[in-house]
Amino acid sequence: MNIPGDLKYAKTDEWVKVDGNVATIGITDYAQSQLSDIVYFEFKVDPGESVKKGGTAATVESVKAASDIIFPVSGKVVELNDAVADEFEGINSKPYETWFLKVELSNPADVDALMDAAEYEKYCEERGH
Amino acid sequence: MAEPTIYEISSEGRIGVRFPEPDVPRTDLPAGLERTTLPLPEVSELDVVRHFTHLSQLNFSIDGGLYPLGSCTMKYNPKINEDIARLPGFAFTHPLQPAETVQGNLALMYELQEYLKEISGLAAVSLQPAAGAHGEFTGVMIIKAYHDANGQTHRTKMLVPDSAHGTNPATSAMRGYEVVSVPSDLRGNIDLAALKELCSDTVAGLMLTNPNTLGLFEEHVVEVLDLIHGCGGLVYGDGANLNALLGVARPGDIGFDVMHFNLHKTFSTPHGGGGPGSGPVGVAEHLVDFLPGPNVVIAEEGSEDEAPLFDLAMPAQSIGRVKSFHGHFGMILRAFTYISMYGAEGMRQIAEHAVLNANYLLAKLHKTYHVPYDRICMHEFVMEGVFEDAPGVHALDIAKRLMDYKFHPPTNYFPLIVHEALMIEPTETENKQTLDQFAEALIKIAEEAHTQPDLLHSAPHITPIGRLDEVKAAKELVLCCWYPEQD
Amino acid sequence: MFIPHTDSEREEMLKEIGIGSLDELFTAVPKEFRFPKLNLPPALTEMEVLAELTELSSVNESTRELMCFLGAGAYNHYIPAAVDAIIQRGEFLTAYTPYQPEVSQGTLQAIFEYQSLIALLTGMEVSNASHYDGATAAAEAAVLAYHHFRGKRSRIVLSPAVNPQYRAVLRTYMSGYAGLEIVGDEAANSPFTTIEELAKLVDVNTSLVVVQYPDFFGRIQDLTAFAQKVHEAGALLTVVINPTALALLKTPGEFGADIVVGEGQPLGIPMSFGGPYLGLFATKKELVRKIAGRLVGETEDANGQRGYVLTLTAREQHIRREKATSNICTNQGLMALASAVYLSLLGKHGLRQVAELCYHKAHYAAEKIGQIAGFEVHTDGPFFHEFVVKTPAPVADINLHLLDHGILGGYDLGKDYPGLENHMLIAVTEMNTREEIDTLCEVLQEYNHG
Repeated sequence: MNIPGDLKYAKTDEWVKVDGNVATIGITDYAQSQLSDIVYFEFKVDPGESVKKGGTAATVESVKAASDIIFPVSGKVVELNDAVADEFEGINSKPYETWFLKVELSNPADVDALMDAAEYEKYCEERGH
Repeated sequence: MAEPTIYEISSEGRIGVRFPEPDVPRTDLPAGLERTTLPLPEVSELDVVRHFTHLSQLNFSIDGGLYPLGSCTMKYNPKINEDIARLPGFAFTHPLQPAETVQGNLALMYELQEYLKEISGLAAVSLQPAAGAHGEFTGVMIIKAYHDANGQTHRTKMLVPDSAHGTNPATSAMRGYEVVSVPSDLRGNIDLAALKELCSDTVAGLMLTNPNTLGLFEEHVVEVLDLIHGCGGLVYGDGANLNALLGVARPGDIGFDVMHFNLHKTFSTPHGGGGPGSGPVGVAEHLVDFLPGPNVVIAEEGSEDEAPLFDLAMPAQSIGRVKSFHGHFGMILRAFTYISMYGAEGMRQIAEHAVLNANYLLAKLHKTYHVPYDRICMHEFVMEGVFEDAPGVHALDIAKRLMDYKFHPPTNYFPLIVHEALMIEPTETENKQTLDQFAEALIKIAEEAHTQPDLLHSAPHITPIGRLDEVKAAKELVLCCWYPEQD
Repeated sequence: MFIPHTDSEREEMLKEIGIGSLDELFTAVPKEFRFPKLNLPPALTEMEVLAELTELSSVNESTRELMCFLGAGAYNHYIPAAVDAIIQRGEFLTAYTPYQPEVSQGTLQAIFEYQSLIALLTGMEVSNASHYDGATAAAEAAVLAYHHFRGKRSRIVLSPAVNPQYRAVLRTYMSGYAGLEIVGDEAANSPFTTIEELAKLVDVNTSLVVVQYPDFFGRIQDLTAFAQKVHEAGALLTVVINPTALALLKTPGEFGADIVVGEGQPLGIPMSFGGPYLGLFATKKELVRKIAGRLVGETEDANGQRGYVLTLTAREQHIRREKATSNICTNQGLMALASAVYLSLLGKHGLRQVAELCYHKAHYAAEKIGQIAGFEVHTDGPFFHEFVVKTPAPVADINLHLLDHGILGGYDLGKDYPGLENHMLIAVTEMNTREEIDTLCEVLQEYNHG
């Protein structure tokens, strides 16, 4: 299980990379392995939209499951990775290089509330069974 | 060898069924609105009959063998049902004919309403919903309408057990409810303590399947209903598992406020490869006015010499129409025929033997497979399709290997609360020999799981086609075959 | 009675379970509810039930005895013998939903072919495996539109010329979605509101516009300009169709419809007092993942052999649960098969023949009725196989008179449209011979003079 040390993690299996006031969001290796081969991806928000932590960012589907990607932070959507909606194999093969959206943080404290790599690793182990 | 599609066997100019030439003068077709190409097949009648006959031979069916799908109640579909549905006096009636010309139909529908009331212990029934999920939608709408009529618009939550069929939460969400999941306890019942916590005046109701999807009768059903009623909520009964309760217990007596019936499960109407079903809804006295409509009523009482006059009428505070016309009359006919052939004692015998068959299989299998809920089951039971000492073998492999033994696999991966679930429901129409053969096959497969797991991983071997690439199907999305000329 | 157990088998089974009697199976059921006495008539054998129900069926008057001029959403068409022979095969009739594709290729391929036939018939790019009927299909189009715009567009525009039952069901379905307004078919509006008038109601807050083609009154018109107006507002256009008519007429796909729904009963399904029927649902490719209901897709097995599976199942209720946009599970599989067989048997030539027969006979009937004093054919402009007749007396009275002569008259439009009392909707199909039409006219003539 790949869990890069420089990222933050949400309980709902999103990773967050913070650069100044902008958070880049994707899903973790654990998440993509649970879903298995992804066959579809759809954004549920538009650029410029204000979003709240816990809201739905996108939907990702495989043959046996469909999952919502949840916003781990609140803020304003500044960019969507439109390429992902066509090239979703990347989500499975390179989950940490495939980002979904960038959010301008409205509350930087949201980031502190997320888990670091060690905490997330422990969390994944506990859920294993 | 795959069967070609109907388009692939088409031949330009070939004609199938012919119709007479017009016996009236022709009128010009409307200018600018005429269709120029009609890309339908061009095949002979024999081509069609052969093609679909070949296709049928690729199918597994109840007529061909055991189909132990949990919660689907794959019992024998009596052939007499088909003959009766085809009686011209029934089949050739138009739904909008004046009531006086279809008293036979209306009488039959009225009687089935009465039979279902009697079987369930409820006060009124609508035969309009087209399938189980449709009945659920209707039932949830009735709950909402009732609460709204009583000024209880703050009731925004619907409680749904974690073992529930997916249609339950989907239906609640469709009606605008917030779905709150209720956990199960270690014996497979609803966790009473957890339920108590969740009961409040923001709860519209609880959707309860009893027996539940683990095949177990809710041991505290009275307390569960009391808790919900106590906080002002209503209880919806998912009737998918009614086969275990016929003549044994009536949901209305127990206190359910509303439920749906699956005529295509409990009452033998054929599954048809995915429908048509029929999902009538029954309600307790306080909900009678909210039923969808129109339903059959007695317009004029009969006498000793004369039958009553039946007609269709909308209930006083009806939620409205949920379907065109009156419901699936063809399935209503079949269910009526079925109940007529059993009577009251017969109803109980159905439940007794459905439950007997399930427990018999359970007794034969529980030493080989792990059964998480160790008590007398009802008409179905759930076991785990994994072995601690045969890693790599999953419920899916066992299911696929069963096909090599000429059995349709049981339901797998449902309910979600059992790991690698295999849900088995034999129904009452299977004889002991078939059950013995099925148990034997499963025991052999368990052995193979330990000694020759590859046989399972690569199964099935004797079916017309092997495991199919579902990822490719979803990614490449080919949903139509195109006529050779088009692209 | 289909329970096979013998006494000795029962004994053996009870022993294996470790209990003494059947009653012990039900100890979990609270005593006060256990084993209620059901008040049902005594059981009948197969012989007896057939006799009883044959008698009950003979109480009815069916379209075998009556000449049928009634349509309004269900139609009297000829069903070739081969359709029933095929759907009665146990392998189709008693199979379940094809969740295990290796043993369900018959059902899956048949539905794949059905999807193809419907897509091609309607001029659309993709069809699902069916909905319950035309009315619920129309309602599901509204649900699709709601989610397509993520609930941000709150207006639905409905033509009053859409089947009244469909509009009622759509309203029932949409009552669970907050803040919606449904306009266009209010009682105050004329039932014959033109599509130009209707277009004025379409704004940027509109998610869906629904029209019917041919409409409930049988009329047909070019929807191209209308479709453009709907799309200018960014809304989705749903067209409710009659599948027989599409053999003859330009398709909604050509007009630019986004969604096509309709009642498939005319395609080889008996009228059977209203059901089971067949909900047709087809869309443009872009909307495929928003479609409710099952979809069959083509794929391969490990040896490269072509096969079929249920696909995009992650949309459906058994996976998405409360996030599914629709709860549909069982659909109308056997009826979809029946329509696939019907369309294959008739094919390119046969379906066109049937449509033309309906068209010519209906126009012949309209012309003749128009000549009867007191009766006025109210349909100006092109129509398919139904037309409106203004009657000199209440429709119910006229129909009683017709019944005395073995004729099932048309639909009383006054039931659904205030202001259309004394207006009858007459349908004519390939099943009505010239003699029947002439008889209808004679009896109507007689009504006015007697």
